[in-house]
Amino acid sequence: MIREMFRKPTKWSVMKDLIFKDIDDLIIRSLGIVAFIAFFVGGVVTIQTALNISNPLIPKYLVGFATRQSIILEFAPTFISIIMAGKVGSFITSSIGTMRVTEQIDALEVMGINSLNYLVFPKTIALLLYPFAIAIAMFLGIIGGMAACVYGGFTTLEDYIQGVQMDFDGFHITYAFIKTFVFAFLLATIPSFHGYYMKGGALEVGKASTTSFVWTSVMIILLNYILTDMLLG
Amino acid sequence: MIEVKGLHKSFGDAHILKGISTSFEKGKTSLVIGQSGSGKTVFIKCLLGLFPYEEGSIEYDGKIFSNLSEDQKRNLRAEIGMVFQGSALFDSMTIAENVMFPLRMFTKMSKSEMQDRVDFVLKRVNLDDAHHKMPSEASGGMQKRVAIARAIVNNPKYLFCDEPNSGLDPKTAIVIDNLIQEITDEYQIVTVINSHDMNSVMEIGEKIVFLKDGHKAWEGSKETIFKTDNEVVTDFVYSSELFKKVRKMYIEENE
Repeated sequence: MIREMFRKPTKWSVMKDLIFKDIDDLIIRSLGIVAFIAFFVGGVVTIQTALNISNPLIPKYLVGFATRQSIILEFAPTFISIIMAGKVGSFITSSIGTMRVTEQIDALEVMGINSLNYLVFPKTIALLLYPFAIAIAMFLGIIGGMAACVYGGFTTLEDYIQGVQMDFDGFHITYAFIKTFVFAFLLATIPSFHGYYMKGGALEVGKASTTSFVWTSVMIILLNYILTDMLLG
Repeated sequence: MIEVKGLHKSFGDAHILKGISTSFEKGKTSLVIGQSGSGKTVFIKCLLGLFPYEEGSIEYDGKIFSNLSEDQKRNLRAEIGMVFQGSALFDSMTIAENVMFPLRMFTKMSKSEMQDRVDFVLKRVNLDDAHHKMPSEASGGMQKRVAIARAIVNNPKYLFCDEPNSGLDPKTAIVIDNLIQEITDEYQIVTVINSHDMNSVMEIGEKIVFLKDGHKAWEGSKETIFKTDNEVVTDFVYSSELFKKVRKMYIEENE
């Protein structure tokens, strides 16, 4: 499917519009849910870390440190990607699947258009901006943690900020964005595959969306393990 | 001209098309008819290259389809217009954008030239004021007319229609039939219509190919179908009392 996607490209003037439309559908329209989840889960991570550090010998600024590490290394790239597999992945599978069922893909093929290039390529390019959403999730997760920590009375603002800044390793950001790019590719291709090659009617579109969510999640978790082992292990 | 020779197509153990040979000429509306499950849709999808076939050949003006490279096939398809059974309009685009789509993809026209062409073809299918509607806001008949407009906007050499009248009221069905025939004659294109609507057969069947169980059971025209004694055809075409009476009247008038 991926090889075919690059054959006989669609006219740039048309492709450009498709890419912008997919950026809007897949990235911009996901920012709200990404921000909401990141902010509140950041808060929950902080509260749980603070509650579990009951030893008075452990400095309070470690709450900020633990929150930063959890959010940058795992929560933002991996947890958000699994949520996106549900939101963006289902959208891709159901929209392409519906086009298959209603013969719109056949219509593209009959016109001599490479339907894989027309449908999947712009989504793959649009999702190159996915790390932008993850960067926002990282930032808001840490801000959410700070709000929960300070307003919940677990530590002071100064302690939290000191913890967030402590022992900062720039490679962790690189690691998180490498993972994010890989997950973005999975988010574009696995749901497209399930939508494009589905057979049947409306019921099968629903089944294909569910299957694509399961497989995208499985592949994200699996590649998360492999990449973590390769890059940090 | 499209020439089909000994076409065979199977899905697993199911042998759907069993050696069909026929030809379709330009400027004529050709109908492929037959009962549900007779292989009509598979036949038309083989002609379009959407289904690969095992044996036989399909020639588009002397070019054997299976011998063409993928790129050559795509270039040939740019000369084909297709009206799908469910219209297959792109539901994320307005009616005007749907019609403009082949122009955007395959021509170097300026935006105003494309707009003029879209206005012209939408007017040709009697849809002057539907430019900004979404397909979901259009009736079944309107959607079919938009599909026809999209199929002819790029001046195709070949036009295929899969059950263009399905789900339409009789009056709208006649409008669609006449529109297809007029366009075929006006632009001198090869038109192949897949149908089981007997009204269409009687109205526009300049050539009729009757399929039964994957075989070509009969071939003729709307004039000869009244006179044929082929039992397979008469069983199907004159299964209703109304058409039996029409046939009787036609024969009496012409004797």
